[in-house]
Amino acid sequence: MKEKTGRRGALRAAFPATVPVLTGYGCLGLAYGLLMAAGGYGPLWSTLMSAVGFGGSMQYAAAPLLASGSFDPLQVFLLTLMVNARHIFYGLSMLERYKGLGRARLLLVYTLSDETFSLVSTLDPPEGVSRRDFFLCISLLNYSYWVAATALGGVLGNLLAFNTRGLEFALTALFAVLFLEQWKHRENRRSGGLGLACAALSLAVFGPERLVIPAMVLILAALLGGRKLTWL
Amino acid sequence: MALTPLQTLLMILAVAAGTQITRWLPFWLFPENRRPPAWTAWLSRVLPAATMGLLVVYCLKDVSWTASPYGAPELLSVAAVALLHRWRGNVLLSIAGGTALYMVLVQAVFV
Repeated sequence: MKEKTGRRGALRAAFPATVPVLTGYGCLGLAYGLLMAAGGYGPLWSTLMSAVGFGGSMQYAAAPLLASGSFDPLQVFLLTLMVNARHIFYGLSMLERYKGLGRARLLLVYTLSDETFSLVSTLDPPEGVSRRDFFLCISLLNYSYWVAATALGGVLGNLLAFNTRGLEFALTALFAVLFLEQWKHRENRRSGGLGLACAALSLAVFGPERLVIPAMVLILAALLGGRKLTWL
Repeated sequence: MALTPLQTLLMILAVAAGTQITRWLPFWLFPENRRPPAWTAWLSRVLPAATMGLLVVYCLKDVSWTASPYGAPELLSVAAVALLHRWRGNVLLSIAGGTALYMVLVQAVFV
């Protein structure tokens, strides 16, 4: 019984934090279902992709490949590693927070998307709510938004009339707000500023398609370079 | 469907495998039962802020700064998010306000 109220408390605490993700995933997941349907892949396929391949940008990148009928799993696999290399940062950042959570960690890592990371790395559970339940609720809510929105998009096909243009900005706004939340803590400012500057530099030099990996290398180099090398 | 069901399934599995490897790699490299090197704890502290900066730029990566409207909808909306957040400090309000402004800008102002 106590366990149950604990979980319900975690859900109540987690849900409001996930509302921006609900908006963003609702829109982008729906659009993904529509896009796959337009390419000839019905709701079963798009939903399967969202449930198993869970990772927005790569799913979008793979959609035209599926639609054009190019069958090259190895190339798609390597492309996925590059597009999603930023996940390595998320894992490194979550080593401490996801410590000692037992089997729950399987689900937490499986569903560690950009948006989920931005929440679980910034927010702490309120008093009386366990870390495990709080993080699990955030992760599984976000995951279910994405999968459900994809299914809905696949079913609706092209019936949608509401002009959703621009709704995807919710995710940009979410990251901007969480950046500001980090910025509140003085000790995070240098790292936050470095992140912006390195990513902007990488975008200018390498262009939008290849921005992620050089930006990660630059960020690591700048952070390490600025640190007293006492751990060596 | 341009691919056969089996081919589609293999493509989906290739995406899933690539994604999951990037998610699990740090947890494989530094398992819980072994004490991770001290620098991983330090990285855990400094990386989230830097990564959030990277994600903001990542979201704006396809904006064209040299052609009209020169990224104006994005810049105005990000500024609105920052001002709202400074003013009320309410996460939902800042996101909803910025997104609503952006939708108006791209649908009605900068068309």
